[in-house]
Amino acid sequence: MSSRDKILAAVANNQPAKIELPDLSAFKTGKAGSVEQFAQVLTNIGGKAIHVNSWEEIAAFITENYSTTRVVTPIAELTGFKGIPANSDPHELYNVELAVIKAHFGVAENGAVWITEDNMGLRVLPFITQHLAVVIDGGEIVPTMAEAYDKISRLSSYGFASFIAGPSKTADIEQSLVIGAHGPRSMTVFIMPGRF
Amino acid sequence: MEVTTKDHAELAENFNRDEDRVDWHDETLWWVRQKRDKMVHQLPEWEELREAASAIKNNVLGNLHNYLQQFEANARANGITVHWAADAEEHNQIIHRLLNEHKVTRMVKSKSMLTEECGLNEYLHEQGIEVIDSDLGERIVQLAKEPPSHIVLPCIHKKKEEIGELFHQYLGTPLDVSDPQVLTEAARGHLREIFITRKAALTGVNFAIAETGEFVVCTNEGNADMGAHLADIHIASMGIEKLIPEKKHLGIFLRLLTRSATGQPITTYSSHFKTPRKGQQMHIVLVDNGRTVQLGREDFRNSLKCIRCGACMNTCPVYRRSGGHSYHNAVAGPIGSILAPNLDMEKYKDLPFASTLCGSCTNVCPVKIDIHDQLYKWRQVLVKKGLVPTGKTIGMKVMGATLSSPTIYRLAGKIGRWTLKHAPFAVNNNFNPWYKQRDMPEPPEQSFSEWYKENRIKK
Repeated sequence: MSSRDKILAAVANNQPAKIELPDLSAFKTGKAGSVEQFAQVLTNIGGKAIHVNSWEEIAAFITENYSTTRVVTPIAELTGFKGIPANSDPHELYNVELAVIKAHFGVAENGAVWITEDNMGLRVLPFITQHLAVVIDGGEIVPTMAEAYDKISRLSSYGFASFIAGPSKTADIEQSLVIGAHGPRSMTVFIMPGRF
Repeated sequence: MEVTTKDHAELAENFNRDEDRVDWHDETLWWVRQKRDKMVHQLPEWEELREAASAIKNNVLGNLHNYLQQFEANARANGITVHWAADAEEHNQIIHRLLNEHKVTRMVKSKSMLTEECGLNEYLHEQGIEVIDSDLGERIVQLAKEPPSHIVLPCIHKKKEEIGELFHQYLGTPLDVSDPQVLTEAARGHLREIFITRKAALTGVNFAIAETGEFVVCTNEGNADMGAHLADIHIASMGIEKLIPEKKHLGIFLRLLTRSATGQPITTYSSHFKTPRKGQQMHIVLVDNGRTVQLGREDFRNSLKCIRCGACMNTCPVYRRSGGHSYHNAVAGPIGSILAPNLDMEKYKDLPFASTLCGSCTNVCPVKIDIHDQLYKWRQVLVKKGLVPTGKTIGMKVMGATLSSPTIYRLAGKIGRWTLKHAPFAVNNNFNPWYKQRDMPEPPEQSFSEWYKENRIKK
């Protein structure tokens, strides 16, 4: 008997009687998420929220604050920066200073944004970059994770996706919070009005 | 790593020799508990969330046979290779075989308590394969050649000066540097170099979803993602109890997990792995290692609902004052003490007694495991099996007789108060285990019932 069959047989033999799944509809508020709350929580967890009105404004901010030769973005609307050519090797992103990517929506209760593989160009980009910037539509904020998964079920499928909430961090040494563990040392979220 | 034959009480005694360190350890963990409370009190629906999480996990336990097969089929359809391991040894062999097939001798690994449970690092080391732990806390204990002392905060027992010494020795930081910012920066440089050069990455799994065949890994550092997205082969190890039925259930668990663990609203990264990236191989190893046995123990199967947040450790007065290593098991604290005897009753017979049964663990558990009840039930099992030392059994019998007879109880109280007052030396000595680390209290003049007779009944 294979281990698979052995494990499955033991589970079938030992598992208790089945109990129905709970009804989770009460956790959905039916309200829109608060942009103010999202920005506040994001700030509390070490991120930064910036309200902008156009792609040009974002580009100007980047040019002013980062060394543009090491800025990478798969966003077509952001011109003047490096893109990610098809079939690139993820290891080549090792020296990226700033990555700018789109997110589908933000979550007010925890400051997280939902980013799928098609936003990233390469999966490793939002993790390997020294600094991360994300662009979201200010109308796309949900109040809690309950609404977040509701929304995800209506978006197209993905091979990889992540909720990202703030910069990479650790408190493993005596519980002292240090921003910039292995990944981004900062996370900026550009909140732009209207669909894009 | 050191193999110990000492029990919890003896190991705790070692830890308790340095009183300042015990106070510091106690306060640090209590601070984490307080951060959790602050977060929890912001959510009016907290108790409903716990109830829902508990109900979902109960459903999983009762339907695990189907969910496992559903998960396997969906993961395969997503292009993930699924392996089954009956025990720790088979798990380790599967990983070793996969690495051999890819001619890999150096692997980077993110936090996985399951691989600690299986002794994977030691096994692979013997096969000539180097494993580097990439979670900062785990890397620190790895350099110190120690096991983690906490499932979420692996090096919570270490002072920054000790970490500074380790980094000076292994990572070349200047002598006497102990600033966490500087040390973390040094580890960042060291580990980014590891991520970029390793062709195989192993991660744990926080949740696996039967409905979609994907799995979720949560980190704050981003180390699981750095390893997995740069490697040619990604192996994820998971216990079979990590399954949840549907993706929407993450909307419950991800709200509870990090608030309970560290008092953050969510981890920095909650990554959903569904298909391998182009050109990459992705493997999942489903591990039993005693879980199906625990599933069959009616009184203890609830322990399989655990989502490994560590809240029960942070709140436990015994854990905080005895340290994680005194539990001599991969998972320490209250939850470890109900999981470990299932694996080896003889080896871990001491752990269910490493508790005051105060119930604080049960109160903070985000999936409502009745931890302190299970600790109490394990004690009964262990006594019936004759695994408890005679001294403890006799003591319990004397206590039972005393508490069941009002006359003996009153007499014992009188003797106790007289002794504390007139002959304190009879109890304030090292023959009395209660005297360790504490003085015996000042005796009251009379018992409560004596006081009540004098002050209330006559009125």
